[in-house]
Amino acid sequence: MVHTFAVYVENKPGVLNRVASLFRRRAFNIESLTVGHTETPGLSRMTVVVDTDEYGARRLEAHLHKLVPVRRVDNITTTPSITRDLALIKVAATGDARTHVMQLVDVYRARIVDVSPESLVIETTGTEDKIDSLVEVLRPYGVVEMVRTGRVAMARGLTPATRLGVPRGVPPADIGGDVSNCSV
Amino acid sequence: MKLTGAQILWEAMVREGVTDIFGYPGGAILPAYDAMLGYPIRHILVRHEQGATHMADGYARASGRVGVAIATSGPGATNMVTGIATAMMDSSPIVCITGQVGSKLIGSDAFQETDITGITLPITKHNYLVTRAEDVAPAVLEAFAVAKSGRPGPVLVDITKDAQQGSCEVDWAAAEPHLTEAYDDALPGDGDYREAVELINAAERPLILAGHGVMLSGAEREILALAEQANIPIAVTLLGIGGVAASHPLNLGMMGMHGEAWVNHAIQEADLLIALGMRFDDRVTGNLKTYAPTARKIHVDIDRAELNKNVRVDVAIAKDLRSALVEWLPHVTRRDRVEWHGRIDALKGDSAVRDIQQLPDDGHLYAAHVINDLWRLTEGNAIVVTDVGQHQMWEAQYYKHERPRSLVTSGGLGTMGFALPAAIGAKIACPDSEVWVVVGDGGFQMTMAELATVAQEQLDVNIAIINNGYLGMVRQWQEFFYGKRYAATPLMNPDFAKLAEAFGIAATTVTKRSDVADAVHAARRVKRAALIDFKVEQEDSVYPMVPAGADLHKMIRRPSPIVETAAD
Repeated sequence: MVHTFAVYVENKPGVLNRVASLFRRRAFNIESLTVGHTETPGLSRMTVVVDTDEYGARRLEAHLHKLVPVRRVDNITTTPSITRDLALIKVAATGDARTHVMQLVDVYRARIVDVSPESLVIETTGTEDKIDSLVEVLRPYGVVEMVRTGRVAMARGLTPATRLGVPRGVPPADIGGDVSNCSV
Repeated sequence: MKLTGAQILWEAMVREGVTDIFGYPGGAILPAYDAMLGYPIRHILVRHEQGATHMADGYARASGRVGVAIATSGPGATNMVTGIATAMMDSSPIVCITGQVGSKLIGSDAFQETDITGITLPITKHNYLVTRAEDVAPAVLEAFAVAKSGRPGPVLVDITKDAQQGSCEVDWAAAEPHLTEAYDDALPGDGDYREAVELINAAERPLILAGHGVMLSGAEREILALAEQANIPIAVTLLGIGGVAASHPLNLGMMGMHGEAWVNHAIQEADLLIALGMRFDDRVTGNLKTYAPTARKIHVDIDRAELNKNVRVDVAIAKDLRSALVEWLPHVTRRDRVEWHGRIDALKGDSAVRDIQQLPDDGHLYAAHVINDLWRLTEGNAIVVTDVGQHQMWEAQYYKHERPRSLVTSGGLGTMGFALPAAIGAKIACPDSEVWVVVGDGGFQMTMAELATVAQEQLDVNIAIINNGYLGMVRQWQEFFYGKRYAATPLMNPDFAKLAEAFGIAATTVTKRSDVADAVHAARRVKRAALIDFKVEQEDSVYPMVPAGADLHKMIRRPSPIVETAAD
């Protein structure tokens, strides 16, 4: 299952490396990671999306808290929240194709932000699903380049985000029973 | 008044109460060394930076104070890596200071430049790269706070040469650290003390598993209070040795791969495990699938990430151990648990007759006899610092530790070469204590250069080499699991006594049991270092042994000299 964390970190050199290194060290794969300033000077916010089970998510949260520059970790996976991804998509479209593409852009409420004789650049913001879908319909026209920001997320209203707390569930090591599970 | 970054470094350390530091100078740390002369700090010159980190570690473990090591950039810093990783695995509070090339040169592959903050990122609690004199005080003060706080561990501060040379005013009040305490607020799923107490009061066959956290938290008195009040036997981990006096009737001894057989059986038969400041390492659990199958489990650890990591528990409490126990104690009811204690006595079974202490030496010099004699002759009062391997396990089995912090050993990382430098650190931290190094012939040769440090600092450290001419524990595994094919384990050793004499260290070689006492007495009499080379039985093995990944109760036992019992 995909888990989304909002991680508040002190804006100091190397913080991104510390967080990324933690994921590598504990063998988690990052689906996406975005980072930017917050309303508080000196504090940055990371949105980290990880594909792991509930047990893994709790373990990650516990480990993230141990990093000195990490100030707060919210798990907003189950919190009602707004998630957005931004994409720039360059499509090779001339003649009739160009008209079709522009209609699609309208349907998806995206925008054309650059026009050249051979190509269009489309900007779109939305959920990952919506962007995936737009990319699919544009693909037949020739997507020559694409860049996406990865997910940013924010809980709705003023409800506090949840913290998962103590790792629970089935520890992976619990499979046990064979020597390959033993360190040395 | 303006101070240079180098002066601020020492000023900050003096404010932190640092009196001793282990290090090795070099280009990028020279400004700091120059400024050091103006401060009341004893510097111990090591022979290799790995030694400096183990010394700081031994210093911290023996005293509970933060140990400090200092080195230059590049190779000086990378040589520290093993010592830092050792301290990380065993939650030992040390601060490592490294010099770094000038800030303008960072990233240019300058002479002796290395990215030591990058290298040590996963093996430190935290590290700092300091590039301005203004940042020295806050970084150093925070480094000490981080090293000591919560679950202790190593912190590295990398200071560029220009940050050491630059100068500024220091506002010491403003430099005080403000750490977010990751452990203070209860989280959903955190066990409540009432749940723990309820399980304890209801248990018929409870067992306390005591780890290193008992000492780190200073909960020695509270854990005894719990055990005595509720009549609960205690099993200890390797690093938990000393947290409960070995002679206490409720202390059953060590658990795990080379733990006492009755302890491992008790774990498998218990109906409640109360795990206090330990982390269910694979060396103490064996096969997790069959581990303590009938027991409910309570786990207290200050590090939330340790809870439910290897073993699923019923009550998980992320809290400082001492404060958790203080909360429990008024609610724990007095119970006799006569049946359970009777059962444990029965589990001891024929262990006594298998015990090598009961066997005559028959002209052999067994390592276990040497260590047991050493315990007797030092009246159990020494701080013993061991290396890693067979001698380490025999020490854990046959030296009975009565006091906390009297065994210093590398547990989690299993670092060979740890003993001699760590003992130097322990002796500097506790100059009035008798300090013994118990080390194998293999591990000793990894860091024996520190004999020069012992000599130069005129330290009264006694060294017992348990010399079997093999990398003994690896040889034992080869004997048990690899058809006795001794690939790369026989050692050709130097004459250790002559080697020690070359450093001006008194030395003797012992080959007979009857000579052990005289050699130990002589070493204790001289008020300076002494080395004894004990040439012990070459192919002896440590028993009992739970093979890696096997069920905890399925131990390989020392062949019984009398009769095999039905239980076998």
